[in-house]
Amino acid sequence: MAGKIITISSGKGGVGKTTATANLGLSLAILGKRVTCIDADIGLRNLDVMLGLENRIVYDIINFIEGRCRFRQALVRDKRFPELYMMAAAQTRDKNSITVEDMTKVAREAAEISDFVLIDSPAGIEHGFRYAVAPADLVLIVTNPEVTAVRDADRVIGLLEAEELAPAQLILNRYKPELVRRNEMLDPDTVIDLLAIDLIGIVPEDDKVFGAGNQGRPVALDEHSRAGKAFRNIGRRLTGEDVPFEALRKQTFIQRLFGSR
Amino acid sequence: MKLLDLFRRKKKSGQYIAAQRLRLVLTHDRANISPGMLEVLKDEIIAVISKHLDIDTENVVVNLTEDNRRTRLVADIPILTNRARKAEVRSKKGAPGKT
Ligand SMILES: Nc1ncnc2c1ncn2[C@@H]1O[C@H](COP(=O)(O)OP(=O)(O)OP(=O)(O)O)[C@@H](O)[C@H]1O
Ligand SMILES: [Mg+2]
Repeated sequence: MAGKIITISSGKGGVGKTTATANLGLSLAILGKRVTCIDADIGLRNLDVMLGLENRIVYDIINFIEGRCRFRQALVRDKRFPELYMMAAAQTRDKNSITVEDMTKVAREAAEISDFVLIDSPAGIEHGFRYAVAPADLVLIVTNPEVTAVRDADRVIGLLEAEELAPAQLILNRYKPELVRRNEMLDPDTVIDLLAIDLIGIVPEDDKVFGAGNQGRPVALDEHSRAGKAFRNIGRRLTGEDVPFEALRKQTFIQRLFGSR
Repeated sequence: MKLLDLFRRKKKSGQYIAAQRLRLVLTHDRANISPGMLEVLKDEIIAVISKHLDIDTENVVVNLTEDNRRTRLVADIPILTNRARKAEVRSKKGAPGKT
């Protein structure tokens, strides 16, 4: 049976799509799943660096599409998990080098050898977004608790609905519990309410994410990282496990009054 | 700190303001109508209805409402009945009997 194709998208740039793709790839691999991560951000590839695989790339997605290599040759295997693969974006080309049909073909082929195919979508709602979501069975929308990011997420949700593309679920990233407690940041309930979309996970702001990007070792591999744990929980939810949402639980009035933490 | 201050602060919190602005922006984005356009629409609605009915133009409210991603344009247009007209005349005269 072909694996599930999941596209990670956002509308707004820089909210954590690539971070989420890398971490969910590892989280699913930790659970013993066969995973292929595809970098669809042609011209601005980053997934290779986040996964720490940049030195092992031989061919990229465009090479495969143009028939210069076989499918397997375009995959880079992660040494940590032999069943985790990445397909790199081409760095010196632009998004017009790929069609919706190309991307769909690549994703379907990856799904043949994987339980999960994760596609790291480019920012925006133009062509790059369109080819990235076209083959998806599920779209994970990453947003931050900020008015601008949520607004862009809403645009993406609206487009997916209007064009009857895949169902969408929300990842709320860079959540700062302390700021929410002080009533300075949008709270998760408000965001989910306004977007009227299912939540799959809340990922807290975590300084370790920054270092992880530098080292090519995503926080999902770090036992002590709070963001890592949140990503691992999302991974488990993707496999169908029922993992309760701890961070979402609302504070009681008394807790709020006394600012308990 | 007084309890009242506590509530007032909550109302003006960054979180509250962000939520209100977000709600408004999403509503207008989804309906694809700007706040300014809504005003134009309101004036045109008043003009059309006024041709047929005597309405209280001062108190017309035209708003977008949002319910589970479904947007509605809601217009509340008070019609001037005889009774409403009398009440208006009375209030303009400055409520006699009350000093
Ligand atoms: N939970 C988090 N805590 C702290 N920093 C984070 C978190 N998530 C993402 N970041 C930081 O945000 C920055 C942007 O992340 P990332 O590159 O994943 O975003 P993106 O959506 O893929 O961006 P682009 O739209 O450019 O592709 C990175 O520097 C990353 O370290
Ligand atoms: Mg990215």
